[in-house]
Formats: sequence, structure tokens, C-alpha cells
Amino acid sequence: MKRNLVIIGAGPAGLAAAVAAYDAGERDLLLLEREPIGGGILNQCIHNGFGLHTFREELTGPEYAARYLQQVRERNIEIMSDTTVLRIGKDKVVACVNRDGMHHIQAKAIILACGCRERPRGAINIAGARCAGVFSAGTAQKLMNTEGYMPGKRVVILGSGDIGLIMARRMTFEGAKVEAVVELMPYSSGLNRNIVQCLQDFDIPLLFSHTIVQINGEDRVRSVVIAQVDEQRNPIMETARTIECDTVLLSVGLLPENELAKTGGVTLSPVTGGAIVDDTMMTDQDGVFACGNVLHVHDLVDFVSQESAHAGACAAKYIRDRASSDAYVDVRASGGVRYVVPQRIATRGDDVEISLKMRVANVFRNVRIVARLDGQEIVAKRKQVVTPGEMETLTLKPSVVAQVRAGRTLEVTLEEQSV
Amino acid sequence: MRKIVIVGAGVIGCGVARELSRYRADIVVLERENDISCGTSKANSGIVHAGFDAHTGSNKAKFNVAGNAMFDALAKELDFPFRRNGAFVLCFDDSQTDRLRALYDQGIGNGVTELRILDGDEARRMSPNLSDRVVAALYAPTSGIVSPYEMTVAYAENAARNGVRFRRNCEVTAIRAREGGWNVTAGGEEFFADVVINCAGVYADTVHRMASDEPLQVVARKGEYVLLDKECGGLTDQTLFQLPTHMGKGILIAPTTHGNILVGPTATDVEDKRDVDTTPEGLRTVIDKARLSVPQLPTRSIITQFSGLRAHCDRNDFVIGWAREGFYDVAGIESPGLTASPAIATHVAQDVARKLDLQTDDAFVAERRAIPCFARLDDRARAELIASDPAYGQIVCRCETVTEGEIVESIRRPVGAVDLDGVKRRTRAGMGRCQSGFCTARILQILARELGTDVADVTKKGGDSRIVFGRLDK
Repeated sequence: MKRNLVIIGAGPAGLAAAVAAYDAGERDLLLLEREPIGGGILNQCIHNGFGLHTFREELTGPEYAARYLQQVRERNIEIMSDTTVLRIGKDKVVACVNRDGMHHIQAKAIILACGCRERPRGAINIAGARCAGVFSAGTAQKLMNTEGYMPGKRVVILGSGDIGLIMARRMTFEGAKVEAVVELMPYSSGLNRNIVQCLQDFDIPLLFSHTIVQINGEDRVRSVVIAQVDEQRNPIMETARTIECDTVLLSVGLLPENELAKTGGVTLSPVTGGAIVDDTMMTDQDGVFACGNVLHVHDLVDFVSQESAHAGACAAKYIRDRASSDAYVDVRASGGVRYVVPQRIATRGDDVEISLKMRVANVFRNVRIVARLDGQEIVAKRKQVVTPGEMETLTLKPSVVAQVRAGRTLEVTLEEQSV
Repeated sequence: MRKIVIVGAGVIGCGVARELSRYRADIVVLERENDISCGTSKANSGIVHAGFDAHTGSNKAKFNVAGNAMFDALAKELDFPFRRNGAFVLCFDDSQTDRLRALYDQGIGNGVTELRILDGDEARRMSPNLSDRVVAALYAPTSGIVSPYEMTVAYAENAARNGVRFRRNCEVTAIRAREGGWNVTAGGEEFFADVVINCAGVYADTVHRMASDEPLQVVARKGEYVLLDKECGGLTDQTLFQLPTHMGKGILIAPTTHGNILVGPTATDVEDKRDVDTTPEGLRTVIDKARLSVPQLPTRSIITQFSGLRAHCDRNDFVIGWAREGFYDVAGIESPGLTASPAIATHVAQDVARKLDLQTDDAFVAERRAIPCFARLDDRARAELIASDPAYGQIVCRCETVTEGEIVESIRRPVGAVDLDGVKRRTRAGMGRCQSGFCTARILQILARELGTDVADVTKKGGDSRIVFGRLDK
């Protein structure tokens, strides 16, 4: 089988990329999806709050997905579902499998839109029993919202990532008692609106600078021991106390799922865990693009859609023109900015707006986000507060893009705002 | 037909059952847990030891060396993962090299072949990530690695194929002598036995005392481990032991047969024989000590921790033999018990067969084939498998690339999986880097469907370990 464009994953990223590629003129494209239907993780996110940027209204996850699935259907874009991609290979042959057999698809371009996965318990080394009742927040969400089962009655949530916050409210709605949300850091990695709407509105305590030091139980979780942590994040055992519960949810971070990228020889960033891409969302493998949570973890699906539409359009253009850059301007994060995507900007390219997505390493107040091209400030933005939980964007207007492409290094940094 | 009751379905119980199934006898294995391979056999280092550790003349030394030699043929016959990867015992101090030499001499005395002593540079050439502090190493090419629970399952499946019955959730609570044999009470039922074979692991002392007044004490010695992601699989190809230092017994680093890296174990005696909790201290000890061997141990790639209990006997050796007429102990089978298990199983089966004057069974089938492992097949073989059953084209566990076909097969086989952990041990579904985050819901559905029960009744490991508390609308 041959296809111009193969998009791996029909979640929000893949769907938006497919629509945009189609609208940019690409007709020979295929979406590969491992689940029976498209929509990805949105299908289990039955809460609202999606689409404020994209559709200017508040949608649930499945509604948001349905809008894009509708656009895909209208364009007759094929989705091969219940199909798992096993590898992509450096030759851009996509090997995938479904109940009909093994398939090898030769692609001219590939878009990785495989999303992310949750960090498991082992990655955070919680001691204690290996009993039932310990779930990642997303697994619990799937069990409830997709399968219709109640995963727990008395719950302690470790980590204040967005899925954990959403699940605190969701389980409360269904009659569970959420005893506490325990966060290792002195700040939340989730969105502020979720802290207000999912915890504060339900009087669920959020304990900053705390962690679970022990899970007790034989067959099922019986209790957890929590403790405050010091500045080095080591537990202060004098503060330890036991909370009776039958369930522990972990919301301790998301990791881009890049096993496939590795099979294609794509270079990954140790900071984001996703590919290193240029301003067209192309990785360092010619014709392999990445967008959405497989590239870096987003907090709003609207931004996933935006980024992925851009990737889809760029992939279509790449297939049409067969042109890619071989020289790049380095984009560097410094001074409190943890990472910037894209990590490089092609020296040849159109004078179109480029949006720099970034996350900061801590909570900062009254700062300027500044981009400097070879030492000279070219764009800046004032912020009263920036937090690791909220992605920031700095936009390079078309008027400065030509200048940027002619430069060597673009540094993005935080500066204290002079009062 | 003569009746034999085997207590315990770990690698020893299942191995003895399999070897006895060569004879015409009525054999039943009684297991207290929800599944086989749930004690020591599921959580250990998975090492097939060369045989230099045990004192010459001990049961441990004898059965270790004999067992090791049996693995190539057995792994082929029963189709379980095994590889001779070789092992180093690392020495970090020039003043200790005589102890390395003593280990070498003991190995030679035990009949271990191909042993060599290398200097630090020679060892580092073979295993480049070794610490600069390694001054010498004992190299044992005959050391290997095995998947202990897959080996146990292989034994059990083959035993069942040859007529052995397995009863799970069937804890032995009393053994009473009666004329010509024993009445064994287990799971609320009575089993008559001409011979009882005690393979009860950390509980072997409890079972022993039901039948014998001879003192026997088995202490549960906890060992904690961490498991690293397959992306670190290249850290070492050989198993790395440490010569015991002033800090105590060493920590090993070993590849697993599936390409992960296993680091551990600690050694702490515990009172509660159900206590397999991991501890912060244990984890720290494992990592700190392992760094002596490989300083750049990538701890951020840890995907899980676990601990297991070794059955340490106060007699400091394997206890294998008739405790009294008709009651046979196979107790204190701690390291190198896994390695020794094939030799022990054969020895015990022959002892019992001789005693009961059993006739060999002409219908015995020695071969057992593993569940097809989609992840390890090439694309052509995968296509053939899917053509034979489309369920092999449905990936369920994406991290380990496990298909629905494999999971269904693991449930339908004799002594098949009945819970999530059982599926995991037999197929690796849920054992990868996401640690079952994505596949739990799917496996629950498959288990419920195959077992004819509701998702809400499916457990992680039996007992009260249900995953969910019923339907939302109830």
C-alpha cells in the first residue's frame, strides 16, 4: 500500500492535522487509529470546558471530538481504526496491524499524532503494598466514563495534574469521598480554573508540598501515609499521618508517547520527551512531522488542534514541493523558561506567523517573556504570573519572521518586569 | 491408582507435579493463592546460577550444578524464556581478591565448568558500563537468566496436560494420618493421599508441622527489587553480582529474558509471610549498592518496584526427603532454588515413584508450546498467526505489544489465568512502561467475557482485590 500522507493517531491532533492537510490540497491521506473510533482521549473526557478558543463555546470532550470527526467525514478522509502501528522505519514504511493482518504502507510524509501516556507508580517510587486500587487518573477516568464502573469510594489523589483534578470532581459526583489531593510541589501543575471548579467548589483539600510515602493494604488499598516534604522534596516523617481510603489515583505527569518516533530514528528532546521540530513541525527525519501531546504535553486541546492544523498544512506543502530546509536558527530556552517548541526555525521558509510554545520551570510574578535574536530583543510580552501548569505562547509576526530566518540564535527567556 | 497430594504450586510444586506426571498416579496440586506462581516463584532474581556460591557437598551445591545443566533441554522442551548470558562476581578491593579466588575454588569443587578470574580491565571490555572501581571479577559463562513465572506456568501446563489436577484457592488447613496414608483438609474439602509432598515455600514449616513433630523453621526473607525500562536493556548483558563487602551482601544487576534490567534484592527477615511491601529504605539500598557496580545506573528509567520472599530454612540448606512415612518435605528452597528446581523435581519424583512403586505412563507428552508471543515474531509469522485467528491482530497492551489472542489463550489454557496478575505473568500484558495504564480496562473485559463473569468481579490477584466497585448506575 502507498499513501502520500499517513497520520498516526486519530485523536484531536491527528484529526486536526488531517483536516488541514486536506484543505491544503492533499487528498491521498490515511488516519491510523488503534481504538475502534476516532477522538482519542477526548472520548473519556466527558466534562466540559473544551473548545473555548476553537469554537467559542464550551463543549465536552466527545462533542469537541465529534466536531472534528464530522469535518473528517465531510472530506471523506479514511480512518483505519482498531489498527496499531508497530513501527515507522527510516524509509517511512509504516508497519501496522489489525484483525485483517499486517499492513505495510509506504508514505511520502508521516505525522506522528500519538498523544501521551501517564507516568506510572513505579516512576515515582511510592513504597508499600502492590495491591488493587492504585490507578493512574486516566485509567480511572476510562473505567468510569467509558466502561461505566466505579473504581473507588474513598480516594486520595497524588498529584494535581488536570486529569487528577477533574477526577476528584467526577468521583465526588458519583458519591465517592475524595479525602485529599496531595501535591509534591508548592504549586499545582494543573490549570487554576480546575483547582477552583474541581476542588474548591467541593471542599476537597489540596495539600501542597506533601506526598504519599506509603500505600497500605493486602488485597485492596486500606490506607495511605502522607507527609509534608522539605525544600529538597524529601518527606518530613514527623509530619506523617495516615488517611483511610480504598483507592489511590496518580496524576503525576504525562509523557509524550514516542516509541514509534524512536523506530523512525527521530531525535527526541530530553526536556519535552517529544521530537525536536522546526517551525513546520518537521522532526529531524525528513518528511516526519509531530504535533499535539506526542510533541509536548499541552493543557488545552484547542492549542493541540491549532498546532496540529499547522503540522497538517505543512506536511501537505512538503509533499507538494518536496522541499525542506537544511539550515536552521536555534531556538533556545533560558532564564526560567524550561523549553520552547519549535526548537529550531528553518532559514528558508514563508513569512508566516510562527508561534513559540513554552513552559516555565517555576511560578514567576511580574515578568516579561522575551525573545532575543542574536542578543537583540525582537518581541516581548508582559505577564502578571506564569506557572509550570499553563503553557505560554509568544508569537512571531510575519513582519519579523524573515529577520528571524536570517539570524543564528533565538533565545527565549524570562525577565523581571521593571516597575 | 496411588494418590499423591502436592502442597504448593510454585516452581517446585509444579516441577514435581510435572515430573511425577511421567508415572501412572492420581496427582493433585493444592494452592492457597488465586493462581499458581504467586509466592517466591513470581518475585525473584530469575537467575540460573552457575553453582559456585554454595558450600561443596551441600544440597544447594549438588542440586544447583545439576539443575543448571538441565536448563537448555528443559527450556526447549517446555518452551519458556531462558538464556545463558554469563555472570560476573565483581571485586572492588585488591585486599579481597583472595575471596574471589576462594569462590572460584569452591565453584571448581562443586563441578562448575568454564570459570575464569579476570582483571578489572578484562571485565570492563566485556561489560563496558562496569565501574572503574572493579579490580577483578570471577566470570561464569554457564550462568543464565530465566523467566521464573513463565517456567512455573510451563511446568504446570505440561503437568495438567499429563493429567495432574490443580486446585487453586485451596489452602491446606489440616493433615491427619489415617491407615495407609493421609487425609488432607483443604479449601473445605478432604483429599486422601498415599503420599503428601510439601512444596509450600515460606509456609513449608506450617505444613510440615501438620504431619511431623520434627522441628523445622522457615523464615520469610524479603528481597526488594526495582525494574528498569527496556530502553536501558543495554546496560549490561551479563548478570553482575558483587563480592560481599563490609556493607554486607551485594546487590545484583541482571538483564531479564524480556530485555528489562532487574536490580536487587535486599535481604530483610519479616514476621508476616504476606508482607511483600516495598520500602523507601529498601529502594535506596538497592540503588546505592547497585551503583557500586554500574555508577550511571539510570534511576529515572525505573518502571516498577516489587519484593518477594525467600523461604530461608534454619537448617541453612535445602531440606529434601521423607519427614516421615508418606510425607515428603521439599523445604527451605531459597536461592539457588530456581536453578535447582529441575534437578529437585526429578529427584523428588524418582524418590516418590520408587516408594509407591509407580509405573511409567506411556501416554506422557514431554513437550509443551508457549503461547505465541506476537512481539517476538517477524511480520510474516505475525500475518500467519492473524490469519489463523484474527484476535492476534488486535493489540491490547501497547507497551509490550500483547494481542487479544495471547490474552484469550492465557485464560483458556489448562491452569489458565483467572485474574489480571495471572494474565500479566503469562503474556506480559501490563508489564511495560505504562504499567497497565492503558490496557487494564480492556483486559478486565476480556477476563470477564472468558470467565463468564462481570467486570466488577474480576480481581487483580483474587480475594478482595477487585478492580472496580460495581456499575455506576447501581
